[in-house]
Amino acid sequence: MEPALIPPAEAAVLGIPTIIFSVLIPVAGVALFAYIMAKRIAPLVFSNPDFRFDRIPERVAAVFKLWLAQWKQPRYRLAGVIHIMLFAGFIILSIRSSSLVVIGIYNDFVFPGLGGALGHVYNFFKDYAATLVLVAALMAAWRRGITKPKRYDVPEKYGKPHTGEALFVLAMISGLMITESLFEGTEAAAAVQKGLEPEFIAPLTLAWLFKATMTAMPEGGLQALHVIAYYIHDLIFFSFLCFLPLGKHFHVITSLFNVYFLKLDKGAVKPVKWGVDDEKLDELESFGVKTFEDFTWKHMLDFYSCADCGRCSDQCPANAVGRPLSPRFISIKARDYAFSHYPLKGRLKESEPLIGGIYEEDEIWSCTTCGACEEECPLMIEYIDKMVDLRRGMVDEGNVPQSLQKPLSALEKRGNPWGKMEKKRAEWATKDKEFKAECEVKVLEKGGDAETLFFVDSISSYDDRIIQITQSAARLLRTAGIDFGVLGKLEKDSGHEARRFGEEMLFQTLKEMNTEAILATGARRIVTADPHAYNALKKDYSGLPPVLHISELIAEAIQSGSIRLNGNGDPGKVYTYHDPCYLGRHNNMYDIPRDVLDAIPGIQRVEMEKSRDRSFCCGGGGLMLFYEPIEEQRMGQLRVEMAKAAGANVIVTACPFCMVNMEDAIKTSGLEGEMEAIDLVELIDRHQAA
Amino acid sequence: MEILVCVKRVPDTSENEIQVNSSGTDIERDDLVYSVNEWDNYAVEEAIQIRDRVGGSVTVMTVGDDESEEVLRREMAMGADNGILLSDDAFENADGRAVASILKAAIDKGKYDLILTGAQADDGAGQVGGMLAAMLDVPYASLVNIIETIDDQKIKVGREIAGGNQEMNEMNLPCVLSIQTGINEPRYVGIRGIRKVASVEIPTMGAGDLGLDADAVAPKVKRLDYFVPDMGEGAEMLEGSTEEIIEKLMELLKAKGGIKS
Repeated sequence: MEPALIPPAEAAVLGIPTIIFSVLIPVAGVALFAYIMAKRIAPLVFSNPDFRFDRIPERVAAVFKLWLAQWKQPRYRLAGVIHIMLFAGFIILSIRSSSLVVIGIYNDFVFPGLGGALGHVYNFFKDYAATLVLVAALMAAWRRGITKPKRYDVPEKYGKPHTGEALFVLAMISGLMITESLFEGTEAAAAVQKGLEPEFIAPLTLAWLFKATMTAMPEGGLQALHVIAYYIHDLIFFSFLCFLPLGKHFHVITSLFNVYFLKLDKGAVKPVKWGVDDEKLDELESFGVKTFEDFTWKHMLDFYSCADCGRCSDQCPANAVGRPLSPRFISIKARDYAFSHYPLKGRLKESEPLIGGIYEEDEIWSCTTCGACEEECPLMIEYIDKMVDLRRGMVDEGNVPQSLQKPLSALEKRGNPWGKMEKKRAEWATKDKEFKAECEVKVLEKGGDAETLFFVDSISSYDDRIIQITQSAARLLRTAGIDFGVLGKLEKDSGHEARRFGEEMLFQTLKEMNTEAILATGARRIVTADPHAYNALKKDYSGLPPVLHISELIAEAIQSGSIRLNGNGDPGKVYTYHDPCYLGRHNNMYDIPRDVLDAIPGIQRVEMEKSRDRSFCCGGGGLMLFYEPIEEQRMGQLRVEMAKAAGANVIVTACPFCMVNMEDAIKTSGLEGEMEAIDLVELIDRHQAA
Repeated sequence: MEILVCVKRVPDTSENEIQVNSSGTDIERDDLVYSVNEWDNYAVEEAIQIRDRVGGSVTVMTVGDDESEEVLRREMAMGADNGILLSDDAFENADGRAVASILKAAIDKGKYDLILTGAQADDGAGQVGGMLAAMLDVPYASLVNIIETIDDQKIKVGREIAGGNQEMNEMNLPCVLSIQTGINEPRYVGIRGIRKVASVEIPTMGAGDLGLDADAVAPKVKRLDYFVPDMGEGAEMLEGSTEEIIEKLMELLKAKGGIKS
């Protein structure tokens, strides 16, 4: 087809053929981009290994779901929709943009495969895509500049606001869309003037608008605009490319890789060093992350990928109660460290310790490992493993808060954080005469066997309040006709928190002792009422029989009729179920506990706004009970308020630590008598039909 | 600065249920777990911090049996450079004076500028520090909560005085200081730290090595009895679950005007 205007490949300005720019701009752009990328990859060369090259089908599936289908975006409705518009537009326009670069040199270039009808279909969609992207960019700019959602704020201690960078990029994106459409619109307008048949332009698109408004323009003007639009587009295109790796828009490049290399095993904790077996840990010179280079390459990629959207911190319970932790800035500070220590120009800067440098001790101890941040991140950035690695580094340096040293030492000596006597571990079953009379529990510390091993764990063995839950659990197991036993003094703390607080060797010791004791019983399966123990035995241990949470067994028993429930609907009581982090988010068990609850005849149950995978941490379990955080309020208090707002007056949970925190929060909020907390197991036990 | 810290292995009260044995001669020692005496741990941390500031070395020393080696290792994992175990069957029933005599004999074998002890031990009488200073004939300060080094001759020492007051003193080296908890925040020692120093040689010295005869270490104080005192007038033991105890205590406090409802 005869072009209506002289294309950039053949145009000249003051006698200089513009094709020179068509070659120079891409060459310079690509060269600069390659240089910047090489500098950005530099720290990854010094990083620790990370094994992420396995399980390809799962990773590809994740890319389709989380990257291509933008799975997590709509969790924040408006921002999510805007992002999907931008993302989809970019995907569609990537073909057009790269074609345009080549067209500046070879005017007849057609993207492979788009020569025939498909090309026309593509053109139709890409005009809408460009228009959509422009609209999205304007909406995004409106949000950034006018409505300013709170989660984009940068607290003073973290530096200057990032609004400028965001607006600049949105302006570049808008510029790309406008020039691309202008390039096309001028050509079409000229074709109309000359009576040629213009390429069909989808109605109501930006290019269509340009075409419609410019048909009256003199040809010279159209010609100038056509070429100028082309080169502005070319310039913005390569400037944009080179600007991406300089800030939060790096995710445009890294997101695909970050999602592909995502962590596939939720709830698990990374090994101290990938490739080093547990038995060889003693040979390691240093533990954990102390300097930036101790991070794995994937964790560095995470820092680069952070889009600064603030969703993690918006969901973070530690951030919500004013603890000195905001996951977003864990990433942003590390990214800025990488940028300043591996500069684009000049020498590398000397490595500096992270703790006391970009991170504070309390910042790192503030995390309850609840996983709300990771659940929310659209880019699958990890936080828990980094927290654990940073804590491992602090533990290795002896840098542990005094409040945690006693419980850690007690774990080492007595196998429980309170320093209680080992021989009293099964006293909940053996010393309470009333309970013993109705429910004899096999204590396997001197041999004997049972089909199911009931792993109790520390808090459920020793805490006066939680023992009641343990006894309810035992009664239910008996009703369900399950042959079960407990380890007694042979059971040690599962070590779930010891590990997550960075005391890996203590965890390893506890794991070895428990594994040996459990295997010696010959049990065919393990059941526990503590989600932390459940997660530890399932994810941190290996070679054990299958592990179940007690709600699974109860659900089964209700189904089979071995546990029968009665009830009158408990008039006046409105129940709400609080998802424990280590049952819900880390193990995807959301429905079973709810089904069990709903099996109580006539029960009235409501959902809190933050429930299921958005559940709000109670304040943390295990060693977190001992830690004295800097905070304005307790997480539990916020949670109790949420239950109240939902119209509930009974909080049902399925975790002993949630119970401790909820009951404390009810008392400290002065809601005694108005609100109560009960464990699922206790509730079912109370509703057992005789 | 050459610093010596005298430490002791004790049953940790927070991790044990201490009960008097049936014959009333001692506490029930089955099922006890031991650790470094808490005050001593602060003393070692302080010594390490001083060494890191001004150079020198930290030696930890204990009078005890073979099992006491474990606390020396723990303190070496913390950062002490050397450990010395003073162990002999003759030391078994040593009283405070005997322990001070044994330590003095060992200290005479080396050269130390600064000698630290804990202010007291969980199972002790708080007497070794003072006696040791007297035997060595060097200055002594007790309940120390601040140490500032001036030069290799003098130090400034702060003491905690009743009522939350603070006293500052200047002292000549060598001297003995007994250290109060809270002087610093002792670093954490985990299993990994201890394993790292597991194979370090710890020399042991007995009575013969120290030139001590049986008389010198024989106890001069004889323990007659060990018992839980009878309840006195006006004392009342509250019983029941924690909740019940709290409730009863609240009632009592309200009834006696301790708190106003």
